[in-house]
Amino acid sequence: MSKPKVATCSLAGCFGCHMSLLDIDERILELVDLIEFHKTPLTDIKRFTARCAVGLVEGGCANEENVEVLRTFRRHCDVLISLGDCATMGGIPALRNFVPLEDCLREAYLAGPSVYNPGGDVPNDIELPLLLDKVRPCHEVVKIDYFLPGCPPSADTIWAALKALLSGEPVELPYQLIKYD
Amino acid sequence: MSEVILPTSEVIFTLDGVTVTAQSGQTVMEAAEAVGIYIPRLCHKEGLEPYGSCRVCTVTVNGRPASACTTPVADGIAVESESDQIRAWRRTVIEMLFVEGNHFCMFCEKSGNCELQALGYRMGIVAPRLPYLWPKRPVDASHPDVLIDHNRCILCARCVRTSRDVDGKQAFAFVGRGSRRHLAVNPGSRLCDTKLDVTDAAVDACPVGAILRKRRGFETPIGRRLYDHVPIGTGVEQPVELTIREGSPS
Repeated sequence: MSKPKVATCSLAGCFGCHMSLLDIDERILELVDLIEFHKTPLTDIKRFTARCAVGLVEGGCANEENVEVLRTFRRHCDVLISLGDCATMGGIPALRNFVPLEDCLREAYLAGPSVYNPGGDVPNDIELPLLLDKVRPCHEVVKIDYFLPGCPPSADTIWAALKALLSGEPVELPYQLIKYD
Repeated sequence: MSEVILPTSEVIFTLDGVTVTAQSGQTVMEAAEAVGIYIPRLCHKEGLEPYGSCRVCTVTVNGRPASACTTPVADGIAVESESDQIRAWRRTVIEMLFVEGNHFCMFCEKSGNCELQALGYRMGIVAPRLPYLWPKRPVDASHPDVLIDHNRCILCARCVRTSRDVDGKQAFAFVGRGSRRHLAVNPGSRLCDTKLDVTDAAVDACPVGAILRKRRGFETPIGRRLYDHVPIGTGVEQPVELTIREGSPS
């Protein structure tokens, strides 16, 4: 029997949650015995070619590409996990939710104190994904099965959840493993 | 406030089916605490007049919901505190507080010592089921030593009551109604225009990171903060063992 496949992605996140996943140290040897990484920045596999048992989603949805990737993950993963605070509540990128999008772009490309932009253009190429009006947590876009909050969630938290899921146990995290910071 | 001494008598009621003996005049919360049962709360703080606004301490008294911090004990009442239904109500209240403000725990100075966060941890909340509202709220950093971040305010009125009843200053008040209700200082002015002093008890009364001392952020390292290892309420449930002083009769 082939090993269950795990996919990961980082939407509007900082890759800190992926760093925390790598922070499981030598347990990563046990992990690769248990699973096979499929589409993830760790393998650089770009497209889903097989069904995945678990999808780990870091980051919330800030633009239309994030939404598309998230929906693709939902379609190809049996269990989808919101990994970290950005995925569960928007996190740092959601700080722009208090400012109208137009003002955000003006500050970033025109009016900001360190901006050098003699052309005065705001990037508007057709290749660039359009920004959403607000940064959304993943569960406001697709159904999410499990949430691992934390900035980032500790390696122990990720390990405990993954191990329980892969061995068919209920995911019950002890008090010390649920943190919002 | 003048001290009125009323004769106390024993009151017997049941809490989750267990018979509890209390003193008349106690609230349900106080009586529960006296027998080592913790009822979650946010707006109530020991030493302040019960306020009953947050509804986190909701229990049922003879089947009807009531706040444990404002309900006096009475003979023969049946109080329920830990049913699935009541736990669900409390959890929803906490989730509502998280989505109606802007609670960014990852960079909040109060994180680890925050009672709202601690209740989320205690209840095992990993994400709210309600949509985030992202209200636009200001920060008042005008005072030299204290700041108010309205993004984190949960309208518990602990600062309002502490400033009025403990510090004798009335530095804080509420203005507005319904969802527009918000904390204000001498309505219309800034924190620096009040008599608030950095040593006021009102500064410590805030359960969240809405009122903070400046230049004191992140003083306690992660791992040594109040709620890093033990849930809020542990002190009530497992009373610290009394140490018998030398020379005291045994």
